[in-house]
Amino acid sequence: MDLTPWEKVKLARMPLRPTGLDYIERIFTDFLELHGDRYFGEDRAIVGGIAFLGDLPITIIAQQKGRNTKENITRNFSMPHPEGYRKALRLMKQAEKFHRPIICFIDTPGAFCGLGAEERGQGEAIASNLAQMMLLKTPIISIVISEGGSGGALALGVADKVYMLEHAVYAILSPEGFASILYKDSSKAEQASCDMKLTAQDLLAFGIIDGIIAEPQGGAHNDFQTMAQNVKTVIDADLQEMLKVPMDILLEARYQKYRKI
Amino acid sequence: MNKNPFKSKQYATTEIYRAKPQDMERPEDERPNVPQGIMTKCPNCGKVIYTKLLLKNFKRCDECSYNFKVLANERFAMILDEGEWLEFDKHLTTKDPLSFPGYSDKLVKTQTVTGLVDGLVTGTGKIGGLPVMLGVMDAAFFMGSMGTAIGEKLARLFERATKENLPVIVFTASGGARMQEGIFSLMQMAKVSAAVAKHCEAGLLYITVLTDPTTGGVTASFAMLGDIILAEPGALIGFAGPRVIEQTIGQKLPEGFQRAEFLLEHGFVDQIVPRDQLGRTLGTILRLHSGVDKEI
Repeated sequence: MDLTPWEKVKLARMPLRPTGLDYIERIFTDFLELHGDRYFGEDRAIVGGIAFLGDLPITIIAQQKGRNTKENITRNFSMPHPEGYRKALRLMKQAEKFHRPIICFIDTPGAFCGLGAEERGQGEAIASNLAQMMLLKTPIISIVISEGGSGGALALGVADKVYMLEHAVYAILSPEGFASILYKDSSKAEQASCDMKLTAQDLLAFGIIDGIIAEPQGGAHNDFQTMAQNVKTVIDADLQEMLKVPMDILLEARYQKYRKI
Repeated sequence: MNKNPFKSKQYATTEIYRAKPQDMERPEDERPNVPQGIMTKCPNCGKVIYTKLLLKNFKRCDECSYNFKVLANERFAMILDEGEWLEFDKHLTTKDPLSFPGYSDKLVKTQTVTGLVDGLVTGTGKIGGLPVMLGVMDAAFFMGSMGTAIGEKLARLFERATKENLPVIVFTASGGARMQEGIFSLMQMAKVSAAVAKHCEAGLLYITVLTDPTTGGVTASFAMLGDIILAEPGALIGFAGPRVIEQTIGQKLPEGFQRAEFLLEHGFVDQIVPRDQLGRTLGTILRLHSGVDKEI
């Protein structure tokens, strides 16, 4: 299905599109949600926990959009605060301790830009995740399921394998923000979305992501079950491979993955 | 007695012209074409200062302590022991990975005006006799925005430092990510943080000095990863820009929000160091980590 970058942006933002929890419910069993960063609070923009993938325990971190307006408000439209990133890191370090692979579902317009977020060190929270994910001694797979909004997305996106769904987008800024800065006109967002090269196809061509996960005809929202199955197939295949690789080799490959960009 | 009209002294009372970040956005013919002045005017209190004296005073106004912007090469000279210092990767420039319209032209213009190849100078020298690797960002170049050139230079700096067992000091100054390099700029955050992480794992010291302004992807990566984080007084340091936050919350920002002092109170900065004490402070930190003065 040939969509323009702008059409993909709009599709990625569609409220009907499957969210992190929709994948968790269909791919994993016995999901145990774990809350809080242990220092400040519980950020519902990020859902984290442990579950079984078949009979393999996995740590899952998902940026979570609301499935209705009320839920969106509770989840801050999946725009995390520092405590969300710190919760993610806490759970990822726990995964390392127990030798559990980590699966991250990325879906965010960006890290939240409010007063509290700055007061509690949004920059430091993201930076910490970037550095520490690079050293985690356990396999990590990150999947951009809809919107990958800048540093707020990358903070869950330092992994051994990074995938994007066929119509997902991943960018330094929203096209509106980009147009506002470079073209001095936020209504030129459509043109920005072309110039920015933010589609899954662009990122694969650049060697920035490892693969694209096909969506059902018309988009993921048309068939949640098939979409989840496509994701599961990729995760299963990758983990089977990665669990055989010695950790020092995996870590060096993870380093080089970003080093070469 | 009347002053001799033919002997009246006229001083140039304009600021030193440096291509200011906003000038980069203006077409060339609209930019002020002011030559280097003997005198500089403080934009804060209006005092007129001999430029040479200003440089001796760490580019700080002796009247109101306003911190003038420091160019990368000026900072190297201020911080490192006199004598040779070696610059790394002097010609490393971006490959314009998105082939972004108009970017390569703008790059050439900026390089010509600033004399810099990109917004970061890296090298090695000594502070108080102790060897150190140094990186200094320069906000005159595309507002210090980080793209592939800065990312690559920093990764190389940290890798070299890891190999040679040396501490790293980075002076940050940035408006965020280099938009024209898109997703490549975003990935530099991960790339540099990774090199920092490896340097850290090797047990080596990393000091950041946050200068005005330090924002966006730089704050959300290497700027906040120092073992010790120093900041210049009054520096604007944050993740999101103030205007974006104001728009998000629909209110004016509190007084002093995102300034170095605010970060100190909220627990994110180890010390705020005035410019005239910076060299001494860095020297002390290096000595504390060098194992040289080990006798009790």
